[in-house]
Amino acid sequence: MTGPEQDHWLSRPETVRRIWLTFGVLLALTVLAEVVIDIEGYFGIDGWFGFGAAFGFGTCVIMVFGAKLLGLVLKRPDDYYHD
Amino acid sequence: MTDLVVYPALVLAAGAILVALTRGPVRDAVLLGTPLATLYFIWQVPDGVAATAYFLGYTIEPLEGSAVRRLFATIFAFMAFAGSLFAFRQAKWYELSAAMLYASGAVGVSFAGDLITLFIYWELMAIFSTVVVWCGDRERAHQAGIRYAAIHLAGGVILKVGIEGIMVHTGSIDVQPLALDNFDTWMVLIGVLINAAAPPLSAWLSDAYPRSSPTGSVFLSAFTTKTAILALILLFPGAGVLVPIGLVMIFYGIVYALLENDVRRILAYSIVNQVGFMVCAVGIGTDMAINGAAAHAFAHIVYKALLFMSAGVVVYRTGKNLCTEVGGLYRTMPITTICGIIGALSISSFPLTSGFTTKSLISEAAHLEHLTAVYFLLAAASAGVFLHAGIKFPWFVFFQRDSGLRPQDAPWNMSVAMILMSAVCIGLGVFPEPLYQLLPYPVDYEAYKASKVLFYLQLLLFSGLAFFVLLPWMQRTLTITLDVDWIWRRGLPQAWARGCRLADAGFNALGRTVGALSGRVINHIEWLLSPIGLLGRSWEIGTTALWVAVLLAVYVVAYLL
Repeated sequence: MTGPEQDHWLSRPETVRRIWLTFGVLLALTVLAEVVIDIEGYFGIDGWFGFGAAFGFGTCVIMVFGAKLLGLVLKRPDDYYHD
Repeated sequence: MTDLVVYPALVLAAGAILVALTRGPVRDAVLLGTPLATLYFIWQVPDGVAATAYFLGYTIEPLEGSAVRRLFATIFAFMAFAGSLFAFRQAKWYELSAAMLYASGAVGVSFAGDLITLFIYWELMAIFSTVVVWCGDRERAHQAGIRYAAIHLAGGVILKVGIEGIMVHTGSIDVQPLALDNFDTWMVLIGVLINAAAPPLSAWLSDAYPRSSPTGSVFLSAFTTKTAILALILLFPGAGVLVPIGLVMIFYGIVYALLENDVRRILAYSIVNQVGFMVCAVGIGTDMAINGAAAHAFAHIVYKALLFMSAGVVVYRTGKNLCTEVGGLYRTMPITTICGIIGALSISSFPLTSGFTTKSLISEAAHLEHLTAVYFLLAAASAGVFLHAGIKFPWFVFFQRDSGLRPQDAPWNMSVAMILMSAVCIGLGVFPEPLYQLLPYPVDYEAYKASKVLFYLQLLLFSGLAFFVLLPWMQRTLTITLDVDWIWRRGLPQAWARGCRLADAGFNALGRTVGALSGRVINHIEWLLSPIGLLGRSWEIGTTALWVAVLLAVYVVAYLL
């Protein structure tokens, strides 16, 4: 194991900070781009400003929590079947 | 005409036998050369029935060509090549030979013009895919292989019942669209859906594939479920029931993959998810939807194999299977990481990858048919795919935390195979036209409209944000998630054991009661017959005479009455 400064450049805190910053800017740009590029909604609602972003985020939250709830019932230790 | 046609499936089968008989460079040449030769012969198969034969009193059509059949056969043969390239220096010869026979079955199904031929190749696939599962080198692979074989043999029996019913009731054995209006066609549909890993029998896939060898899972990911999709396209295009079945598969795959810890099982669940998109498309059934199902199957085979290759390299190099055991591997495995990310972006339908240019055909078909709910569910599922496969897989395997593992990157042949598959993923994403040309119906579709690209970028990038925001809820645990296979892996054995215990207890209680009762009866009889008992003791002559008189009196009275 090496210290953070000697480790791979991708794992340095400075790089991680830059990656997060770039990601944030990209997120903002994809929404702001709608000012220039009109998203033609097929069904009305999907043409709303930022709909893709909200729908993507919202459905993922639902799926993760749905999975967690199901996990409460269906999760077992990984040696459950004794294999 | 029959004499002039070479059966592509038999070329692969011959190659598989040669693989078993040869060694060293000759075997390597056979392994890599046979799929390429098969590809050549696939493209020599003309449209329509190219060969007929007599079998069990029926005229069978073992070779029937069409655009969609050649498309599937092409990708199967290509996969046999890429899989062999990935595996030829690491896998055992019998795994490679079995994998080639398995691919031969898939190519045979692709060109089957009748249901008998289809069934024979179907079973060939079941047998040799089981052998591939068994080539995983632990006891767990053997057990999973037995369960896998049992499900596929049961599916084969159901399919056979349907096929025989159709033969008897219609007299036709042609592979052609079937109406779901009788028992026979429903049996065929169920038999095919079992191979497509449709619920409730999806668990065979996530049970068996992660237990195979690091190279075996690459082959397994390609053939069985996709031949089922081709069979659905040929036999049940537009069957409405497939739309809800496909949607259930899509969300089942996402939810189970989100809960999973085993790296290759995440990918296995994601096969069910992706095949769900195709099943749904076949159910929509329009030209655009069938094109979407075929194109998506083609692209999916490539990026899923690529994902299994990168996961296979990790398992091969580290011997670890679980997300909780790996992490931070990008440091020493840059090629595997980059190729894994390309596969992950492709499965997530990121613009400029093959997933975007193929899966969007299915969404477009849903839109054109005004299937609003289906369209939005498919969009939500696209976000979910990015969540469970697009980010989760590379994040937990290659990044996440430093596990301290510093494995070597992939061996050269594995690297070349991964780079080849990555190039195809990006190639089909940037230049989809050559694939569109091969689709069964003319394509009038523009994949890269600014508005569509922007919508998908928003959808995918914000699901990425959701992943990192929700990361504390997504940390992996040493758990599995119960599936329907609980019934035969735990439920039935438990019920049987309980039944046996109950029966044991019942028999014991019955035995004790009967024993006690019979003891008392015997004791009583012994007492009766003993010198002091009622029947055994001596009676005085006067008492005897009195009783005889009483009996005679009763008799006389009874007679007079």
